[in-house]
Amino acid sequence: MEGHSTYQPKGKVAQWFESRLPIVGLIHSSAIAYPVPKNLNYMWTFGAILSFMLVCQIVSGVVLAMHYVAYAPVSFARVEHIMRDVNYGWLIRYIHANGASMFFIAVYIHIFRGMYYGSYKAPREVLWILGVIIYLLMMATAFMGYVLPWGQMSFWGATVITNLFSAIPWVGTTIVEWLWGGYSVGDPTLNRFFSLHYLLPFMIAGVVGLHIWALHHVGQNNPDGVDIKNVAKDSVPFTPYATIKDIFAMVVFLIFFSWFIFYIPNYLGHSDNYIPANPLSTPAHIVPEWYFLPFYAILRSIPDKLGGVLAMFAAIAVLAFLPWLDTSKVRSAKYRPLFRQFFWVFAVVAVLLGYMGSQPAEGGALIISRILTAYYFIHFLVILPLLGLFERPKPVPASIADAVLAKAKGGAVVVAGAAGPETK
Amino acid sequence: MTIRSSLFGAVAAALLLTAGASGARAQDAHAQPRPHRMSWSFAGPFGMYDPAQLQRGFKVFKEVCAACHSANYLYFRNLAQEGGPHFTEAQAKQVASEYQITDGPNDAGDMFQRPGRLSDHWPAPFPNDNAARAANGGALPPDFSVLAKARSYHVGFPGFITDAFIQYQEHGVDYIHALLTGYEDAPAGVHLQPGLNYNVYFPGHQIAMPKPLSDGQVDYTDGSPQTVDQYSQDVAAFMMWVAEPHLDQRKRIGFQVMIFLIVLGGLLYFTKKKVWSNVAH
Repeated sequence: MEGHSTYQPKGKVAQWFESRLPIVGLIHSSAIAYPVPKNLNYMWTFGAILSFMLVCQIVSGVVLAMHYVAYAPVSFARVEHIMRDVNYGWLIRYIHANGASMFFIAVYIHIFRGMYYGSYKAPREVLWILGVIIYLLMMATAFMGYVLPWGQMSFWGATVITNLFSAIPWVGTTIVEWLWGGYSVGDPTLNRFFSLHYLLPFMIAGVVGLHIWALHHVGQNNPDGVDIKNVAKDSVPFTPYATIKDIFAMVVFLIFFSWFIFYIPNYLGHSDNYIPANPLSTPAHIVPEWYFLPFYAILRSIPDKLGGVLAMFAAIAVLAFLPWLDTSKVRSAKYRPLFRQFFWVFAVVAVLLGYMGSQPAEGGALIISRILTAYYFIHFLVILPLLGLFERPKPVPASIADAVLAKAKGGAVVVAGAAGPETK
Repeated sequence: MTIRSSLFGAVAAALLLTAGASGARAQDAHAQPRPHRMSWSFAGPFGMYDPAQLQRGFKVFKEVCAACHSANYLYFRNLAQEGGPHFTEAQAKQVASEYQITDGPNDAGDMFQRPGRLSDHWPAPFPNDNAARAANGGALPPDFSVLAKARSYHVGFPGFITDAFIQYQEHGVDYIHALLTGYEDAPAGVHLQPGLNYNVYFPGHQIAMPKPLSDGQVDYTDGSPQTVDQYSQDVAAFMMWVAEPHLDQRKRIGFQVMIFLIVLGGLLYFTKKKVWSNVAH
């Protein structure tokens, strides 16, 4: 995205260096001069918050790995050693454990923001799909990280999730035993999960690099869903405008984060994970971490094992097709009155699915899970394609500057094009 | 309009059904009654352990619980720790020296017994789990090290949400206190398995541990009531400290962090306002 970039190295040394590796120019154009739509709201600060959370998790995780040992007979005790005897070990571990949840809270806000404002639409499809890949990698990383303390939920969560692969016809059992490195979840599983848990965050960092590259190539979406047309009128340079806003939002997020770290550090965890893993004793209810609960509910709502596994993975995969499932030309829900209502219904359905995932799958809860699961897929596969055909969007402003002007006046939006059902 | 109202109707119906489903579960005959929420000195943003209470709880643990329960992650040195029972170092050494610890091998290659030191673990009452089971009718008394964080009870909607705001983290201690005071004669019609005891708060109500505490069993020297209720509170508080020995430090640092972040956030807010003041947005 070409914009305010005006970087000219001043000194002799800077010029010499810049002509050989233009990295200062790259930083300047992407973090200082990069044009940011001036109408962004605080929902757009979660990208920066997520970058911060990734760094936070990697730094705290690297320190934890200095004290942790991945060996089934001692791992539980090693985590307690960190909690008790390592200087500020309790702080580092609570940051890391709650940081995972904060990472997911931020990513869910980020994803729902993208859905609400149509950030996945052309030309941002690749940007969106890279995001889905990051989300998948995050889920794999978080799942393996939860296994490392080797408590009861670690062990049985790993057993349930790895067993999903046994639903694959013909080769399922072979695959599961290959994943385990044995005939049940055990020490080899713990060791490979630790190895992968250390590897995946760096893969996330790599895909985040691509995600940001794609973002800076096509430019940010914004609450009005119209592209920057005039850089001077529609945008502001990243620094200082976006920088100061992102830092402020980050500090507010840190206050929220600190509430969990210092006052309710075990609120988001499960008490059973303070019981050492015991292959001979199955917990009454095996519950995954909260951020997996909607998908867990979908998994359990299908009476067939293979069907459940397919539905669960489809629930994530369907996100990657969102740019083509949504047929409306208008990006922002601000100008899509019907979509806006369906969006909120979907958001409520997703939260309810999460609640259902925490309940035992029986009786009324199971029936509700099935209805919600059906609605989850109907939203993507039926409602979104049809909405674009039948919905009458409100007139979209001609430019960001016009939208800002209209907001300041509190009056009508400057009409850009004819209102009517529009599709791609 | 009709689409809108029917949509919200459907969502409302789903919510009601959800509430109904969880309500039905609460009626379950096997469900535990909810433990009473006690007021703990270490609850809330400024909560700290009460060293006197932890010392009493330690006495109950040492004289009663430790006969069957291990506390493998507890060291004698912890007893003198700040933010804990805070015994003097001499007192902690005295406690340690009352126990015989197996050490070795010595230069001759033999294991030997010596009095405990501050650097020793709290000695386990049984050499291994099988010995513990054999001595306790087949049931394994759980280790005390993190037990207060390993026990909980079902709160359900909407309590689990409000708990995040009121910083309720005392599920484990409330459950332990309730369990220790929850022994009763089995109601008519309940068939107790041999060797098990009836407890109102234990899941399934049949617990292997016999009623461990009775009034006047442990001598308190500070004038605190020598009742089962008081013993239970004190030992539960002690268990919370064993499970979370750095709680005092955590809350103290937490307050400093909060103050810092709120001030920094305030300054950043006004800086952001100033930076953006010349841009319509």
